[in-house]
Amino acid sequence: MKVIVNGDSSDIRDGSTVAGLLEALKIGRERVAVEVGLEIVPKACYDTHTLMEGDKVEIVQFVGGG
Amino acid sequence: MSMQRDPMVIAGREFNSRLMVGTGKYASFQQMVQAIEISGAEIITVAVRRVNISDRSKESLLDHIDLKKYTLLPNTAGCYTAEDAVRTCRLAREAGMSDFVKLEVLGDEKTLFPDNEELLKAAKILVGEGFTVLPYCSDDVTVCRKLQDLGCAAVMPLGAPIGSGLGIRNPYNIKIILENISVPVIVDAGVGCASDAAIAMELGCDGVLMNTAIAGAQDPIAMAEAMKLAVIAGRLSFKAGRIPRKLYANASSPIEGLLG
Repeated sequence: MKVIVNGDSSDIRDGSTVAGLLEALKIGRERVAVEVGLEIVPKACYDTHTLMEGDKVEIVQFVGGG
Repeated sequence: MSMQRDPMVIAGREFNSRLMVGTGKYASFQQMVQAIEISGAEIITVAVRRVNISDRSKESLLDHIDLKKYTLLPNTAGCYTAEDAVRTCRLAREAGMSDFVKLEVLGDEKTLFPDNEELLKAAKILVGEGFTVLPYCSDDVTVCRKLQDLGCAAVMPLGAPIGSGLGIRNPYNIKIILENISVPVIVDAGVGCASDAAIAMELGCDGVLMNTAIAGAQDPIAMAEAMKLAVIAGRLSFKAGRIPRKLYANASSPIEGLLG
């Protein structure tokens, strides 16, 4: 199924969870925050939150800034 | 006095350093780490941005920062609406597991001056959600008072536009804020060199926040040390109490005993 990750369309396995997506993208879950459809997904829910076709996912991290 | 502890207290938390520094614009992570270390800062600002999905080879900022040593202050840089700023703060809290946020809501791309209306709107929501809000704001005592009344943990008026290096262009406005605001007043933005930081501290500010003045200096590590010393010197000078300014001379050496 297709989801939008950080603005780009991405093909992922049906029934993928947030944890599964992060793993596929090789992103450690500790230092990021994830939003699905403008709602934050708490870290504790990464393993249970199942993504749906067309979901808009944002994965953010800290970068240098002032 | 110099040996006494004189912590900056924000939302009940004590910090030994009154200098807060950014993590942007450094030539390398190594240079950033060294500059922050020598600055003595304990609070460091970071921005919240999308993870680069297509290129995972880049190192992550947090791989270089000792989170036991530093308090992260995520900012909402680049946000022009209360809605975007609030969304960014919620993400920052989830990523960093801390309630501290540097709230900035910009009104104009050229000046990067704050949009006070959106800033107040965002501050109200964030305080309500339990954030410790440190807002970057105008040098306007009325805005600062409103931010304080909403429950912000500090106010952070600008000394000059962000990244301009023009120094403290508004000492009287800052002084008026200091006289009327009881939460910590931290000058955020405008500092260009060490004397600017000292001036902010001599006015009586509780702290100074800067990024470009250090990261953009020809030798960022030397400038970081200069800023550390300037903030300490400025604070001591403020606490020591300066002499009144007089128009005419007042000799330091005694008149008595002059050779006849």
